[in-house]
Amino acid sequence: MNTEIAIDARNVGKIYGKGSGAVSALGDVSLSIEKGEFFTLLGPSGCGKTTLLRCIAGFETPTSGVISLSGQDITYTPPNERPINTVFQSYALFPHLTVAQNVGFGLKMQGKPAAEVASAVERVLALVKLEDFATRLPQQLSGGQQQRVALARALAPEPQVLLLDEPLSALDLKLRKEMQSELKRLQSETGITFIFVTHDQEEALTMSNRIAVMSAGALLQVGSPHEIYDRPVNRFVADFIGETNFLSGTVDQGLVRIGTGDALAVSLKDETGAVTLAIRPEHVSLRPNGAGIGARIVETTYLGTDTHYTLALIDDSELVARVQSNSADRYTVGDTVVVEIDTQAVQVLKS
Amino acid sequence: MAKPRAFDVTTLPGFTLIAVLAFILLYAPIVTLVVYSFNGGNSVNQWGGFSLDWYAVAAQNEAVQAATARSLIIALWASVISTTLATMAALGTTRRGKFRGQTVIYIIINQPLMVPEIVTAVALLIFFSSVKIATGYTGLGYLILAHSAFCIPFAYLPIKARLEGMDTSMETAAADLYASAWQSFRYVTLPLLFPGVIAGAMLAFIISLDNVIITEFVKSAGQDTLPTYMLGQLRRALTPEVNAISTALLVVTVLILTLFVFVTKKRD
Repeated sequence: MNTEIAIDARNVGKIYGKGSGAVSALGDVSLSIEKGEFFTLLGPSGCGKTTLLRCIAGFETPTSGVISLSGQDITYTPPNERPINTVFQSYALFPHLTVAQNVGFGLKMQGKPAAEVASAVERVLALVKLEDFATRLPQQLSGGQQQRVALARALAPEPQVLLLDEPLSALDLKLRKEMQSELKRLQSETGITFIFVTHDQEEALTMSNRIAVMSAGALLQVGSPHEIYDRPVNRFVADFIGETNFLSGTVDQGLVRIGTGDALAVSLKDETGAVTLAIRPEHVSLRPNGAGIGARIVETTYLGTDTHYTLALIDDSELVARVQSNSADRYTVGDTVVVEIDTQAVQVLKS
Repeated sequence: MAKPRAFDVTTLPGFTLIAVLAFILLYAPIVTLVVYSFNGGNSVNQWGGFSLDWYAVAAQNEAVQAATARSLIIALWASVISTTLATMAALGTTRRGKFRGQTVIYIIINQPLMVPEIVTAVALLIFFSSVKIATGYTGLGYLILAHSAFCIPFAYLPIKARLEGMDTSMETAAADLYASAWQSFRYVTLPLLFPGVIAGAMLAFIISLDNVIITEFVKSAGQDTLPTYMLGQLRRALTPEVNAISTALLVVTVLILTLFVFVTKKRD
């Protein structure tokens, strides 16, 4: 497969302030983003994802490290000389310019002839389905429409890389879902490399080719949504992406013995001693009786297709099971059940 | 149960009385001045019937015409020069992070608001008289320069207020879209700042139009502006002509100030 690198970050660090007041926002981050990829930087607020994005855009200069675009060092290139455009979280549309003037702004600044700007504006507005709004001012549009204008404005100059800084956070749920598929469509139609910043793990999982999970200025894991979800490298990633049960246990003759005394045949590599098992709720199933780990239902939450059962094991550790609502067995609070864990899907983390 | 009432200044004893007295104090003299500008007689305080004679007298007075023209020329130049400098100063003090000596810079820019005007006037008189001797130039340039200088803070304050209310994300977006620093200023910052610039220019214009002290000290012979002409008239026989000129000046000022309020309110 032909994998050209669009953005390459090598040991990028960013420290704000000096001396004792210095705050490290980004510490030694290295990653490569391939051409045409939908790449997501995911993490809680303050994890450094926006700082990294601003360094790629050129709004911030890294304190250390090198950022290159298609092999060219752009670490110190001013933002107006980078073929990279940004969709801002606040949209940052120019309030005194019409939709068409906003969208054509980048091309006009590049000195493109008026006819070329006009035809590009028309084409991009059609792409985001805003042809009929060309002469409106931004404040005459709804939030969702403003979002599309921001997107069109950033796409019009046909950048090599498009940066999206939590662009959907201001939209309501329904509109957000629409825009998610809209963004995926635009990305595949244009073939432009998208770097998407979000704190919403579900958004990251549904949209991305690859995800980089960040925390406290560091990169924890980079991988496809499947890899991140199924094989989280540590407790933070497992906890941040989706719901996860954590059970502590000890490695004992190739098995992991948990607090209840039960031994689970999970796949071990070279772990010894104390470990933590990360178990997704959908990998926990319940039976009314039989052999297995005994538990008592303490809470049930009906979610439509699925039902969440919160269970107390005999050692008082808690476990959440996600079971299809239409399964034959329904349980109520207080019922005793037998828990079965899909041991192949359990991830063993070092404690 | 009665709701606890928040403090309300209008419930204090004597509030209405004090407010009414304050307004009378502020406006009674102005109303008198305006009324007597329509006096048919020769007196500024004895009513002799309604007429517009004194407006005609003022309008036909060549000295008034010349002084009006001079006032307008000076005010126009002074507002253009001071607004340009004030815009640059406002950009310099708001479009960057906090810097050392920021407070000192603010004080220096706003110096004309704080230094007693008479001190500036005497200083300018002495300074310009040496320049006059050295260069031989005696034109309106001195008055224009002096007016430009004391108008700067009046132009600066509304422009700075406007800039501080403007998010720098606009400039960031412009830079992201390939705008050079100059293009970003020309196509984004300046159009958004424009109401502030206009407001600053109008305020500077009024301040210049109205100035007496500095003008009186700096002007050469035969360079009376409207206010200094009126001051000169007071030393002779006082006629309702002065009332008529004052009223005209008042109308112009109120018109410009109304426009100022309109411009600063719009788009906010």
